Amino acid sequence: MSAASIVYVPADASAVAVGADAVAAAIHAEAARRGASVRIVRNGSRGLLWLEPLVEADTPAGRIAYGPVAPGDVPGLFDAGFLGGGTHRSCLGPTAQIAYLKNQERLTFARVGLTDPLDLEAYRAHGGFRGLDAALDLKPGEIVERVTASGLRGRGGAAFPAGIKWKTALDAAADRKYVVCNADEGDSGTFSDRMLMEGDPYALIEGMTIAGLATGATQGYIYLRFEYPHARRALERAIETAREHGYLGERLRGTDRRFDLEVRIGAGAYICGEETSLLESLEGKRGQVRFKPPLPAIRGLFGKPTVINNVITLASVPIILDRGAEYYRDFGLGRSRGTLPIQLTGNIRHGGLVEKAFGSTLRELLYDFGGGSRSGRPIRAVQVGGPLGAYLPESQFDTPIDYEAFAAIGGMLGHGGIVVFDDTVDMAAQARYAMEFCAIESCGKCTPCRIGSTRGVEVIDRLRAGEEPAKQEALLRDLCDTMIDGSLCALGGLTPYPVRSALNHFPEDFRKPAAARSRG
Amino acid sequence: MTTPAPTRATPNRPESTDLDAAERATTLAACARLKDAPGALLPILHAIQDALSYVPGAAVPLIAQELNLSRAEVHGVLSFYHYFRTEKPGRRVLRICRAEACQSVGAAALEQHAKRRLGVDYHGTTADGAITLEAVYCLGNCALGPSVMIDDTIEGRVDAQRFDEIVARARSAR
Repeated sequence: MSAASIVYVPADASAVAVGADAVAAAIHAEAARRGASVRIVRNGSRGLLWLEPLVEADTPAGRIAYGPVAPGDVPGLFDAGFLGGGTHRSCLGPTAQIAYLKNQERLTFARVGLTDPLDLEAYRAHGGFRGLDAALDLKPGEIVERVTASGLRGRGGAAFPAGIKWKTALDAAADRKYVVCNADEGDSGTFSDRMLMEGDPYALIEGMTIAGLATGATQGYIYLRFEYPHARRALERAIETAREHGYLGERLRGTDRRFDLEVRIGAGAYICGEETSLLESLEGKRGQVRFKPPLPAIRGLFGKPTVINNVITLASVPIILDRGAEYYRDFGLGRSRGTLPIQLTGNIRHGGLVEKAFGSTLRELLYDFGGGSRSGRPIRAVQVGGPLGAYLPESQFDTPIDYEAFAAIGGMLGHGGIVVFDDTVDMAAQARYAMEFCAIESCGKCTPCRIGSTRGVEVIDRLRAGEEPAKQEALLRDLCDTMIDGSLCALGGLTPYPVRSALNHFPEDFRKPAAARSRG
Repeated sequence: MTTPAPTRATPNRPESTDLDAAERATTLAACARLKDAPGALLPILHAIQDALSYVPGAAVPLIAQELNLSRAEVHGVLSFYHYFRTEKPGRRVLRICRAEACQSVGAAALEQHAKRRLGVDYHGTTADGAITLEAVYCLGNCALGPSVMIDDTIEGRVDAQRFDEIVARARSAR
């Protein structure tokens, strides 16, 4: 009997959410019925999410993609000879030639979607652990220098230079240090952390281990949100396998260095994505924000020096150590070096993950990659950077993906999530939601955030009801200033950004029609 | 089943008299297994909720005693996090994503449909005890919303019809 045909069906949570498990089961059953020898590999997602479940057949001509595939399509796919790349109405041609994928610059996500994410041999075959091997030959200070030279900035949203953070932790003398991965990806419109953890968990493990070697930390924690059960399973299994093979634990790769890792699960608190709240939560406390200083790199988890970085930041480190700082730094522009995995979400036709060097414009992403809105109506606004990011109108769509360019228009790139809204959106309702969300998720430590958000909802309600609108707007703007200037962390300090941008760019939505106003 | 908190004559005694045997055993087992881990409280609360589907309010004094914390500290943590619940939910917990990406594709309409269809508001449990409805703020499925999570299964592109199918499946799955 000839070797089994290989078929890839993603096990990514988004693919599963639209039926990938059922498709895999249908392929299995149909193959059995026909006596065909098929091996199904559950890979990560390629990130072409509108095409999920995206099935790939491994053929002599390379991998051929079919999607979206429903369980009912499976007999037809077999009839069409899809195992050999046969023609079918859902056939998308060679996966690597699909424009959406071909036009990306995948560094951090280079492996995601290629293999079974838990297959350690496949990870090694695709360049895995080369960064760690390089790091094991370097002194801690040399690793830090390379990360600094790469220009890598924190991908969680704050964009702080990773190398500087690591240097601070390295220079802090202590009997124990920690590496903490912030995997509390709570921003709406973002899923790159989730996709990476599910699709290439060893990359995160490798990045964290390198961070440990660079700073002298011996214990790592991944603080993962409970909303990501697939990522939890992938990480826990990957950690176990890595440990069995000497990539974690005592005597890393046979050296006298050690580093170990544990996954901790959050409990539905958006604020725990803020680094000091996250540390409090890891310590078993309420997730309340800490005053800074001291910086976590000096006094972090359990009072010890702690490197705390986002998933994408840490997972980008292996390629920097493997290919060199210059290689990474040569992507991007200005002070935004390397690539950013951008997430096209919400009301968008071709939603998914697009990893590109910094510098593309919002318009290219929304239309060339995204294909416009899902509804087919005009795009009216996009929110970039999560619930604390500004709403941008069409006139700002030529802004390049660059931290400084976004700051210059009163926005922020954040974690790279773009949420698209068509022209049916009520921007006053979105502004209200921003305040409401802040009220729900405020940790309660500082007054501008705890009380200001509730007052903000009330003021917006009065404004929308047409009660002395000029007065309410002045009050709302004043409240926004107070929250920006007086809040302890980014939750209270940035919630005004979506509110003010909605008010500035879409003032008409805050004025009720005259007829309704006269009744009110 | 919820019981009103009894007034205690001896508020400092760590006895948890209104924990039933299973609740008490689960709580003690979770504490014994995890209390030496650094920052053990969240893992312990998770372990209890994983086993019982809730963390009994009456377990607070027992956990406090086991971890050498004050009851206020344990209560503070238990009540801070949206995920932890102190009352038994329905057989399945259904969470609807309320966040922006899902809003942009009709989450608000889905929310209204869900509340009407189930006859409950958020945090409520259907009359037959099958489903507890909760809100969630992002499931990381933002390109394929609206999204819901039923126990730990995530469903994408959920419209009213698909929502009804998910509910029917959840009800029939005992």
